Amino acid sequence: MSEEGNVKKFMFVNRKAPYGTIYALESLEVVLITAAFDQDVSLAFLDDGVYQLKKGQQTKGIETKNFSPTYRALEGYDIEKLYVEKESLEARGLTEDDLLVDVTVLGRKEMGELMGQQDVVLSF
Amino acid sequence: MLHIINKSPFTSSSFDSCLRVADGGDVLLIEDGVYAAVGGAAEKQVREAMKQFKFHVLQADLEARGIADRVIEGINKVDYGGFVDLAAKNDNCQSWL
Repeated sequence: MSEEGNVKKFMFVNRKAPYGTIYALESLEVVLITAAFDQDVSLAFLDDGVYQLKKGQQTKGIETKNFSPTYRALEGYDIEKLYVEKESLEARGLTEDDLLVDVTVLGRKEMGELMGQQDVVLSF
Repeated sequence: MLHIINKSPFTSSSFDSCLRVADGGDVLLIEDGVYAAVGGAAEKQVREAMKQFKFHVLQADLEARGIADRVIEGINKVDYGGFVDLAAKNDNCQSWL
């Protein structure tokens, strides 16, 4: 049972594309574990990490589990703070409409400030 | 020669190095390398390199990443059979890891 004083601010920083490496999937696993302990969880998507949220992923052809629907399920675990860096989206020709879940788009400066406010930052 | 690239152009120098050093031939983008085939990402660089190389991209890896509908015009989409054909057609191949 959590006590008020034991809640820390956790941020998961996702900077890798999905499928090519295991980082994106492993990050999701740890995010869900952390949420089970009633912590204050934020997810940040930078660099190729923004590709994790791209709509329309179909993994049948590479015979790998499509874990992208999990991002839509995070809301059910009270994980609602998803942040995407604007510059990373733009560099990849993506817009907020290309993403499969509602996010807050932040500029690099705001993203940096948000990171500075965390108790724990885990990088994937 | 067939040049195979499996890393994102944003996270690795493989793509840049291949285009800088290789002397023409076929380039096949697979795994995270397929992000180079998408419009708005490395598009300018790819269009310039198209004068020298024939670009191919693996369809299954595009679909997995949700980007099969935004491949730069002129890049040839291949299935796994097409991958084998490219390997067989070329005298040799190089994986730019």
